[in-house]
Amino acid sequence: METVDRMGIRLTNLTKTYADVRAVRGINLSINPGETLALLGPNGAGKSTTIDMMLGLIRPNTGSVSLFGKTPAEAVQAGMICGMLQTGSLPEYLSIRELITMIASLYPDPLGVDEVLSHAGIQALADRPTLKLSGGQTQRVRMAIALVANSDLLVLDEPTAALDVEGRRDFWESIRAVAARGKTIIFATHYLEEADAYADRIVLMARGSIVADGPPTEIKARVGGRTIRCTLPQVSRTDVESVEGVASAEQRGDAFVIKCTDAATSDAALRALLVRFPTARDIEVRGAGLEEAFLDLTGEEESQ
Amino acid sequence: MKGGAYVHYEVLRTLRNRRFLVFSLAFPLILYLSIAGAHRHILQNGIPFPVYYMTGMAAWGAMTSVISAGARISSERQVGWTRQLRITPLKTSTYFFAKILTGYMMAVISIVVLGLAGVTLGVHLGATGWLTMLGYLLVGLIPFAIMGIVLGHLVKPDSLGPAIGGITSLFALLGGVFGPLVTGGALFVVVKALPSYWLVQAGKSALEGAHVWTSEAWIVIVVWSVVLARLGVRVYRRDVPKG
Repeated sequence: METVDRMGIRLTNLTKTYADVRAVRGINLSINPGETLALLGPNGAGKSTTIDMMLGLIRPNTGSVSLFGKTPAEAVQAGMICGMLQTGSLPEYLSIRELITMIASLYPDPLGVDEVLSHAGIQALADRPTLKLSGGQTQRVRMAIALVANSDLLVLDEPTAALDVEGRRDFWESIRAVAARGKTIIFATHYLEEADAYADRIVLMARGSIVADGPPTEIKARVGGRTIRCTLPQVSRTDVESVEGVASAEQRGDAFVIKCTDAATSDAALRALLVRFPTARDIEVRGAGLEEAFLDLTGEEESQ
Repeated sequence: MKGGAYVHYEVLRTLRNRRFLVFSLAFPLILYLSIAGAHRHILQNGIPFPVYYMTGMAAWGAMTSVISAGARISSERQVGWTRQLRITPLKTSTYFFAKILTGYMMAVISIVVLGLAGVTLGVHLGATGWLTMLGYLLVGLIPFAIMGIVLGHLVKPDSLGPAIGGITSLFALLGGVFGPLVTGGALFVVVKALPSYWLVQAGKSALEGAHVWTSEAWIVIVVWSVVLARLGVRVYRRDVPKG
């Protein structure tokens, strides 16, 4: 069992092309057992396609997936996987308790149904039909489906999409409990804050490739930057770059785009800029945002 | 059995589905009671009309039941529920088995309800008659059960109602559910190649004996079943990667 566990998850040279869209372009990834990994990226980055290939729901054009030393189909059959996929409504004519009981019955070592219902915060709704639920409640039922299986690998595709603030908090609390039991968790998200707060490791995806892979602090430093845009008449780029807190600057005529690594340094840089260049105008400060950060990280590819 | 609870809940879901109950049970029943009730003393082909019409309506109700059961896959596919199930240890065979089983369950209920309605209109068959009819009906339903699964993969939920209605009506009409369409000529050759014709004959076996179920019946049922099953495998494979 120990040796099987150590094998973890291996994605080797995975590619997937739909018609003429290269959704996933050669992904290599090793995930250790017990890791909580966030697949972070904007829409269309290839996160869902990667997850589908990992689960054996779609076949890669090239490459292979190994889950604890098994193929996806074998791991699914052995009940080693459970997940929360992006789906529409739940099956009709069942109560929530019946649905969760049915899913639990399929797995070799499920958790107690009542325990899971209360974790998911839906015990009071247990006897309600699956169709008479709000979006947030439905998402909580999906969460219960993923939790009750008590499988080795938990895969969550945009798990908090329909949840309100309280729902999100409850959700991540239960996921932390799952992680504490030594389970491997992989979740896809396009929220940097979520990946930062709950993952041990962030894999950043853009346009079907992995563009960064590391602990949250490292990824945050790379994508959490701020941009200051302003007009500085008769100032040179070297002058601007010498200001404290400025990481880099681009100049187009009098207009500057100034990059800073995070909020603290951009505040400092802005203060210093205003002191040194009192004529500065049209000032705009923006968080880089994921989209922009991805463009930065994949800039080389784009310019080809 | 690991999938036992799954099948149990599928049965529950089916029994709670009112739309399903209306189309599979109420429709043929109301039609039967109103038409056969009004003509209860008439003979058709030398057979009392209530008996004749009961067998036809039983065949129709049973056919609708098994087709609708498989066709429910359509909405489960659309909302992504089949994807969710595919990452659980539930076997695909159990998933399909549950659909076919619930279809047959509704078919048997439909046949029993029409039988009881027939009895109230004075239909009298011996135990052998009832059992012969039931047995051949269950065999004759096989291609329709598979057809339901095929439709569940080919037709979107929005168009499913009209599709099932159209297909069952066409097969029922040509097969002679509402009365014999033709009994000779070129069209009859075509009609005899339809599984619904033999489903109606299965109903008739209650009155005329097992001999109406000829070897031709077996051939037609087997050929339709095999062809539809191959089509079913093909449409299913489009959803699922190999290996």
